[in-house]
Amino acid sequence: MFGFNRGQQLSFVLLLILVIGAPFVLYPIVVMQVMCYAIFAMGTNLLMGSVGLLSLGQAAYFGLGGYVAGYLVQSVGLTPELGIVAGGVAGAALGGAFGWLAIRRQAIYFAMITLALAQIVYFGAVQVTGFTGGENGIQGIPRGALFGFLPLASDRAMYALVAVIFLAGVIFIHRVVHSPFGQVIKAIRDSEPRAMSLGYKVESYKWIIFVLAAALAGVAGGTKAMVMGIQTLSDVGGSTSGLVVLMVLLGGIGTIFGPILGALIVIAMQYYLAPFGAWVVVIQGAIFMACVLVFRRGIIGEVAYRLRTQL
Amino acid sequence: MVMILGKPAPLLFGQLLLGIINGSFYAMLSMGLAIIFGLLKIINFAHGAMFMVGAFVTWGLFTYLGVGFWAALICAPVIVGAFGLLLERAFIRPIYKLDILYGLLLTFGMAQVLQGLATNYFGSSGVSYDAPPALSGVLNLGFMYLPVYRGFVVIAAIIICAVTWFAVEKTKLGALLRAATENPSLVQSFGVNVPRLIALTFGGGVALAALAGVLAAPLYSVNPAMGSDLIDTVFAVVVIGGMGSIGGAILTGFGLGIIEGFTDVFYPPGSAVVVFVVMAVVLLGRPAGLFGKVA
Amino acid sequence: MTVTRRTILGSAVAASALALPSVKARAAGKPLTIGVCSDFSGTYSDVGGNTSVACVQQALADWGAAAKGYDVTVIKGDHQNKPDVGAGLARQWFDNGVDLLIDVPNSAVALAIAGVAAAKNKAYINTNAATSALTGPKCNANTIHWSYDTYMLSHSTGGAMVAAGGKSWFFITADYAFGHLLRDQTTAVIKAAGGTVVGGVAYPFPQTTDFSSFLVQAQSSGAQVLGLANAGKDTVNSIKQAHQFGITQSGMKIAGLLIYCNDIHGMGLDIAQGLVLTESFYWDLNDKTRAFTKRVLPRTPNNYPSMAQAGCYSGTTHFMKAVDTMGLDAANKSGAAIIAQMKKMPTSDDAFGECSVREDGRFMCPSYLFRVKTPAESKYPWDYYNLIHTSSAEQTFAPLATEGCPLVKA
Repeated sequence: MFGFNRGQQLSFVLLLILVIGAPFVLYPIVVMQVMCYAIFAMGTNLLMGSVGLLSLGQAAYFGLGGYVAGYLVQSVGLTPELGIVAGGVAGAALGGAFGWLAIRRQAIYFAMITLALAQIVYFGAVQVTGFTGGENGIQGIPRGALFGFLPLASDRAMYALVAVIFLAGVIFIHRVVHSPFGQVIKAIRDSEPRAMSLGYKVESYKWIIFVLAAALAGVAGGTKAMVMGIQTLSDVGGSTSGLVVLMVLLGGIGTIFGPILGALIVIAMQYYLAPFGAWVVVIQGAIFMACVLVFRRGIIGEVAYRLRTQL
Repeated sequence: MVMILGKPAPLLFGQLLLGIINGSFYAMLSMGLAIIFGLLKIINFAHGAMFMVGAFVTWGLFTYLGVGFWAALICAPVIVGAFGLLLERAFIRPIYKLDILYGLLLTFGMAQVLQGLATNYFGSSGVSYDAPPALSGVLNLGFMYLPVYRGFVVIAAIIICAVTWFAVEKTKLGALLRAATENPSLVQSFGVNVPRLIALTFGGGVALAALAGVLAAPLYSVNPAMGSDLIDTVFAVVVIGGMGSIGGAILTGFGLGIIEGFTDVFYPPGSAVVVFVVMAVVLLGRPAGLFGKVA
Repeated sequence: MTVTRRTILGSAVAASALALPSVKARAAGKPLTIGVCSDFSGTYSDVGGNTSVACVQQALADWGAAAKGYDVTVIKGDHQNKPDVGAGLARQWFDNGVDLLIDVPNSAVALAIAGVAAAKNKAYINTNAATSALTGPKCNANTIHWSYDTYMLSHSTGGAMVAAGGKSWFFITADYAFGHLLRDQTTAVIKAAGGTVVGGVAYPFPQTTDFSSFLVQAQSSGAQVLGLANAGKDTVNSIKQAHQFGITQSGMKIAGLLIYCNDIHGMGLDIAQGLVLTESFYWDLNDKTRAFTKRVLPRTPNNYPSMAQAGCYSGTTHFMKAVDTMGLDAANKSGAAIIAQMKKMPTSDDAFGECSVREDGRFMCPSYLFRVKTPAESKYPWDYYNLIHTSSAEQTFAPLATEGCPLVKA
C-alpha cells in the first residue's frame, strides 16, 4: 500500500484508527492542532532528516501560511480550502526565495541565516498591520464553507477536513521519500561529494526539499488558522521554530511517524500542563537536553532501531 | 539648534550614546560566546540564560544576604562560573564528539530550563534592582541628561573587553588556549590537561556573561526573558564578526549597538530587525563574517 | 469522575482546567463555574492576576452564594498576553461548562475572547482591558465592559492635563490595540482643546523594558507633556527611567494615561508624587470601599485592589444576582440571556456603589480624577491619592450612540 513496508503499514493503520477515534476521547480542537503541527513537523523533518539541514526559522513559513489563509478568507472572502492552498503557495514562494539564499551555507551558518531571515519575517509581521493585524493578529477568521457549500462551523466537520489534509500529507511525504528523487536525496545525505561526482546538482535538490518543507509549513499554518479562527505573532516567532525542531527531535529525525508522535506529545504537554505556568518550558528544555544526551534517535527512531525496521 | 540629516544634533548624540550602552552588552556577551566557540566548538545558546542568571544572582545576593553591587561584581561571576563548570562537566563534555548542531540544541534546551525555572520563581516580569547610591544621579552633558550609572556601564564594558582581549591574544595562557584550539592532541602531549583547560574556558566565558548580567541588573528590570531577548542579537553579532574571533565580536558588538541606536531615530520600528538585515547581507557576501577566517 | 473527553492523561489533567467537575455529574446544590482569565506572571500581573481571583471569591462570599444553595467553582488561567492563547483557553473553558469568564487584561486578548464568548453564547465580563471597542464596533450581546475604558482615561486624565496648560504632547505608545486607541482618543481631546501632538513612538509590546531611547527622543522634541499610552509594568518602567534621564527635572510633565494604585505602589511616592490619574474605584474613597477592602485583603495581603480588580468583585456580584433572578435553568441555556438580565437590573455593591449597565454593555459608574500624594502627605500604607474631581457616569463615558455598537438601535 503506497509503498509502505510492513511495519509502516501497521503504523499507518494504527494512525488511521487514532485519527478516527481521537475526537471521541480527546478535546477535538487539541487533536486538530496536533495534526496541523504534525504536517509542519513532517516538513521540517524532510529538511533535517533527508538532507541534514537544521533550520531555526521554519516558523516564518508556518506563520506566513496562516496569515495568508486568514487574510484571504476573512477579508477577500475565499473559501477555506482555497485559503489553505494559498497558505501553502505563499510558504513555498517564501521558501523558494529564502532557500536560494540559505542552502549555499553549511551547518551552523545555514542555521544562523535561516534564523536571521525568519527574524526579518517576524518584523514584517509586526509592521504590516494592515495585513497581519500586528500585535492583535487576525481575529475571528470565519471557517466558512468547504467548496462554498459544506459549512465547517461545527468542530466535527472541521475535524474531518483536517484529518484528510493530514493523512494526505503523510502519504505524500512518504511517496517523496521513496521516489527516485528521494533516492538521490539519500545519496546526497550519505555523501555530498559522491553525489556531486555522479553529476547530480546537489544544491538544486536541497533547494527543492527546502521549498517542500516551506510549502508544508504553509499548509499547516493555513489549516491551523482555519481551525483556531485566529492568527497571531506567536506563530511567526522564534519559539515556534524551536518547538517544531523539538517535535522532530523527540519523535525521531528521518522517520515517517516520528514527527507525528513528537507533535502529539509537545502539543498535549502545552495544553495539559498550561495550568502549571512555566513548567512547560522547563520540561521542553529538559526533553531537548535528554534527546541530545541519551536519546538521539528519538522515540520512533529508537523503536524502529530495536525492531530493525524503518518507521 | 544644529540639524544633521534633518534631525536635531543633540538627539543624534544622545542616540549614539545609548547605542554605545547597548553595544557594551552586545560586546561583552558576544566576546564570551566567541571564546567558547573558539575552543569548544559549541554554539552556546545558553549564554543569554547565564547573563540572566548573573542578574538574578546579583539581586539575590542583595536581597537575601545584603551583599551590595560592588561585591556582586566579583561574587556573581564566580558563582555563575562555578555553575558553568558543573554544566560543562555534566552535559557538554559528553557531546564534544557529535555534530556541532547537537551542541546548539542541547544548550537551547538548557536555556529553556533556566528561563522556565526563573519564570516560575520570579514571574515573567521579574524583580527590580536599584543602582548603587554612588552611581545614582544624572550628568548634564549639554545635549542630553545621562544617568551616571549608564556612563559607568560603558567605561566598565570597555575595560572588561580590553582586558579579556589582551588576556586571550597577548598572554601565555591565551597562547596556550589558542594552541589547544588548533591542535588539542599536540598540546596534550606537552603535558597540558586539555579537558581541564576546556572546562575552565567554558566557566570563564560563562562568568563573562554573568558579569554583563551584574551590570545589566540596575539598568533593565531583572526578568527571566532578559537573556533570550538579547541572545538572538548576540548570535548575529558573533556571526557578523566571524565565529570565534574575539576582536571581531567586540568591534561588531559596539558597531551594531550604534547602528541600532541610529535606526531608532530614523526608523524606530526597524531597530529590532536591523541587526538581522546586516547579518543576512554580511553572510551572503562574506560567509565567514567580517573578521573570521574562511573555514 | 465520569470518563469524558476531558479525562485524558489522568493525573496531569487532574489539576488542570480541563478537569472541571462535570456540571452534570454534580448534584450538590446549583453548580456554576467562573473562570478568571488573566495575566498571572507578566506585565499586568499586579493589576489583574491573583488579586482578581480574590475579588471574585470575595464577591461570592459577600453575596452568600453557598447559603443560597449555589456551588460555585472558581478557576483561573494565564493568557500570557497572547490573543491566541487567550482565545484557545476561552474556547476550551466554554466547551467544558464555564458559565462566566471575567477579568482579562490586555485589549488584544480581550477582543479575541469577546468573539469566542459570542460564538459559544456564554457570559463574559471584562473588567481589566481598556479598549472602548468592546462597547463600540466590537460590542456583542454576550459582553459587558466593567470598570473603565480608553474614552474615560483620555477625556479625564488627558483633558485635565490640557486644562492645566499642557498644550504640546509627545506620545510613547504600546504598539497594539490598546495603546493605539488610547493615543488616538487622547490626541482628539488635545486637538479639541487647541493643543498639538509634536511626535511619538510606538514600542514593541510586551518585550520592551528599556525606554531610554524613546525618552531621549521625547526630550529633544521639546513637548510640554509626555503622554504614556501604556499600562502596568511598562508605565512603571517608563516613569522610573524618565526620572533617571532627568525628564521631569527639565520641566516636562508626565501624563500616565492609565495608572493603577498598584503601579504607584511599584514606583514609590518619591517618583510618583504629583502624577494625575483617573480611576473609577479607590480603596480609600468612602466607608463602603474601605469595608470591602478590609474584607478582601486577607486573600490578597500584599496588593490592594485597583479599579480593574474591584470590577471583578462588582461584576461577579451582579452576575450572581442576575442568575438568581432568572433561575439557573434559564441561565444555563444562554449567556446572552444572563447579560440581558444584568442590563435590566441596577447594580449595587460596596466597591462601586449604585450603578447600571447600558444596552451596549457599558457599565456606567462615576470616575474620579486623583493627584498622587507626596511622601509627606501619605500617612498609612497605600495612602496614595488626593481626590481632585469627580465625574458622573454620563460625563465619564462616551454617549451611547457615538461608539458604533451594532446592538444599539439608532
